[in-house]
Amino acid sequence: MKTISDELIQQHGLTRDEYERILEMLGREPTVTELGIFSVMWSEHCSYKSSRVHLKTLPTTGRRVLQGPGENAGAVDIGDGLAAVFKIESHNHPSFIEPYQGAATGVGGIIRDIFTMGARPMALLNSLRFGPLDDPLVRRTFAGVVAGIAGYGNSIGIPTVGGEIAFDESYTGNPLVNVFCLGIAKADEIVKGVASGAGNAVYYVGAKTGRDGIHGATMASAEFDEKSAEKRPAVQVGDPFMEKLLLEACLEVMRSGALVGIQDMGAAGLTCSTCEMGSRGGAGITIDVSLVPQRETGMTPYEIMLSESQERMLLVVKRGREADVERIFEKWDLHAVRIGDVTTDGRLCVKHHGEVVADIPNEALTDKAPVYRRPMAEPASLAEAQRLPLPSLGAPPPIRDVFRRLLASPAVASKQWVYRQYDHMVRTNTLVVPGMGAGVVRVKGTARALAMSVDGNGRFVYLDPFLGAQLAVAEAARNVACTGAQPIGATNCLNFGNPERPEIMWQFARAVEGMGAACRALDVPITGGNVSLYNETDGRAVLPTPVVGVVGLIQDASTVVRRAFRGEGDAIVLLGTGRDELGGSEYLKLVHGLVRGTPPTLDLTLEAALQRLVVDGIAAGLIRSAHDCAEGGLAVAVAECCFDTGLGASVDVPAVAASETAFSAIATLFGESASRVVVSVAAARADELAGLATAAGVPVAVIGRVGGERIRIAIDGDIVIDDSLAEAEDVWANAIGRWFGRPRAVA
Amino acid sequence: MKFAVVVFPGSNCDHDAYHAVKHVLGQDAAFIWHKETSLAGADAVILPGGFAHGDYLRTGAIARFSPIMQEVRRFAEAGGPVLGICNGFQVLLEAGLLPGAMLRNRSVKFQCVHVFVRVEQTDTPFTVACRRGQVLRIPIAHGEGNYYAEPDVVERLERNRQVIFRYTTPEGVVTPDANPNGSVANVAGLCSEARNVVGLMPHPERACELALGSADGLVVLESAVRSVTQGALAAVASAKAAAAR
Repeated sequence: MKTISDELIQQHGLTRDEYERILEMLGREPTVTELGIFSVMWSEHCSYKSSRVHLKTLPTTGRRVLQGPGENAGAVDIGDGLAAVFKIESHNHPSFIEPYQGAATGVGGIIRDIFTMGARPMALLNSLRFGPLDDPLVRRTFAGVVAGIAGYGNSIGIPTVGGEIAFDESYTGNPLVNVFCLGIAKADEIVKGVASGAGNAVYYVGAKTGRDGIHGATMASAEFDEKSAEKRPAVQVGDPFMEKLLLEACLEVMRSGALVGIQDMGAAGLTCSTCEMGSRGGAGITIDVSLVPQRETGMTPYEIMLSESQERMLLVVKRGREADVERIFEKWDLHAVRIGDVTTDGRLCVKHHGEVVADIPNEALTDKAPVYRRPMAEPASLAEAQRLPLPSLGAPPPIRDVFRRLLASPAVASKQWVYRQYDHMVRTNTLVVPGMGAGVVRVKGTARALAMSVDGNGRFVYLDPFLGAQLAVAEAARNVACTGAQPIGATNCLNFGNPERPEIMWQFARAVEGMGAACRALDVPITGGNVSLYNETDGRAVLPTPVVGVVGLIQDASTVVRRAFRGEGDAIVLLGTGRDELGGSEYLKLVHGLVRGTPPTLDLTLEAALQRLVVDGIAAGLIRSAHDCAEGGLAVAVAECCFDTGLGASVDVPAVAASETAFSAIATLFGESASRVVVSVAAARADELAGLATAAGVPVAVIGRVGGERIRIAIDGDIVIDDSLAEAEDVWANAIGRWFGRPRAVA
Repeated sequence: MKFAVVVFPGSNCDHDAYHAVKHVLGQDAAFIWHKETSLAGADAVILPGGFAHGDYLRTGAIARFSPIMQEVRRFAEAGGPVLGICNGFQVLLEAGLLPGAMLRNRSVKFQCVHVFVRVEQTDTPFTVACRRGQVLRIPIAHGEGNYYAEPDVVERLERNRQVIFRYTTPEGVVTPDANPNGSVANVAGLCSEARNVVGLMPHPERACELALGSADGLVVLESAVRSVTQGALAAVASAKAAAAR
């Protein structure tokens, strides 16, 4: 037997201690195939070894939760015997190396997670982070990622109904591509990723296995020659047509009742799907990799087990129903191949032409994988970053200029250049299209609809991870509430730097704590998600970016409201109140180039009351439009309510009490205080809303009227913004597209 | 009446077309898998949108070889009403049931947005319920909808009044800016010489309910119902007879 060298262990990303543990668990030296299997299953990506102790503190149960973390996706009860099945996942690194395919395969992966649960995928969202658009390389990445999301989602026919995009230098060499998918299943027909029943057949179906995406691409060993390394592309290539066939065929197989369990082959491919299915079902799986359909010749068991070729599924089929399953796949021109059987020994046994090449207890790869409580330390620079010496900034620029610059800032500007490339209407369920707040899809066959939003603000989390993560949960839930939906569940994607650095681990732990507290207060359990660590380039981490996806339920789809004002003469009402809070704002970043101060404060009790008030007010037909105040503050929120309507607005707001009077107007208009929603109501019913708000303990003020062709904003009676709606809207609508227009003449 | 909605592998607006005719219009509808060889007694056929066979070659290039297409051709040649929407239009072009071809959009990008189309002719089974000059607000969602035909073909299409939908401004004026993809003569939809086969890039089936932002597309599908049930298209019966043989 070949000796496993220290070099080989290191190349597999395993520590000496971890290797000792492998020896102990196996009672012998592992084969090279086994070493590869351990290395991927014990990788951060699959084992969550750094994050697990923290994730365990999140609230994951609730009266609507049908499936919490641990399966391919979470599920919540939405009534009518139906479940919403959803999850968010990252595809950050591949998207930097090859933006189109990296993003496309991210979409493909999350869709598989959803239909694997027996749900028909209904909607996609994405949360994206890039460097500043004035960098041509960033523009190339940005355009490629958008095209990749479009290429996959459009072809497979699942609408992209919303999302969010933000920009910061820290993402230049490490963009974030987080993709969310939601599907609908019958609540009592949710399918699990389990293998059980000794003698049941294990089937492989979908694309053939190639040498793409194999872990440890730099590894050299006796089983790897240099030529095989050359053949291995760094990023997988997506085939949405294949996935469309798999989606339809798998749903048909599930309806046939012939299935025991199913799992997609995502990260760690065949390795992860076999040992996880066996582990969940308390069973074992024996496969012979020589039976696996292969795209290339001469593949080793190591390569086959670790390949991350896309669009592949592993199924366990009830004994006696094999022919039924094969017939369904044949209908879709797919070839299901029996590659093994379920056993009772709780082991993953891999053979190659009948010869055993790996034999490992499932639990060694799953439950007994290493878990670390890594050291944590508050970053030494944080206290300084939290100081915001406004007087040192000099006088702020004129208000009108700031207003226009914010509208043109890519973070604030319309994302229509992006979402028009996404088919956001296919399946004819989209009630609220992208760019209007949370996306909303109706549930055909019922009166209900589902709203969904993904949010996160890396600046806030950088400046205060606990509070920043709370703000992310609050904003996502608030966006959902602004359509009239009661938030009922959440999923998270936690994008951070290297967890082996104590300050990154501290950011992570504090963010998870904050997220848990906010989810408890707002009653939105986390039903699953994804952790993406090591988002660093040249030792510089991205802004810590936990992204939260919240799903909300609308009882009567006909009551849905959008961001946009609806009628001349309607009263504009501000729910919640602004404070002297410029820390971490888009204003500070855009105008002064600063990420400083402390994020806006958050009172979770008030936030919950505000959301309840908005949901009830919409259901009662009182609130006619609703929009949350986020990047750019109140002034931008009011302007956005005017856009796409042709209706202007005239508002007058009280100044916030500011410690620096020179920045009082700036803080009033562009501060990003949390728990604020701009709503419109019929003028005659403004008092009614004010009464409800007061009773609910939510600050309320009638601040103006809808109408005219201008956006007019006054502070305590003094008009500070008086802008043409058409001109302001043009700036906002085309700001991103202008970066991608005809190349400007070079002087 | 009964609509057949043909399902190619990769079709993805099949459910949308089915929903519109079955649940909005209250007509009978059936999915017909592309390997079938019978239209199951349908009175009208819809080739829905999507990416048939992945559209990795040319859009619609492989779908035209599907077994059901022989039956669709027979049905069309006998005068039966056939509607190709988006990818379905592309399939009709590849199958030679309508003239011309599709190029990539002028913007070289997929575009999903509501546009305005003007109804040019009302003597087809899918426009008979429209007013001539009526402007419909209907979404497009395609990357290859830039219709092209040789100048003599375009001239013939115009002469025969086969251009039945054109991209216009909301007021119904044909302008270059109103053309979302670069199509020659702002063509959004065509009919065959015999007028019973219609293809269009916009999605009328996505604009059949106000909750979705527009119900302007309903009139296209209602036209089919009126053609068939009120005998506006006498050829339907003979088409069914031919298909049954």
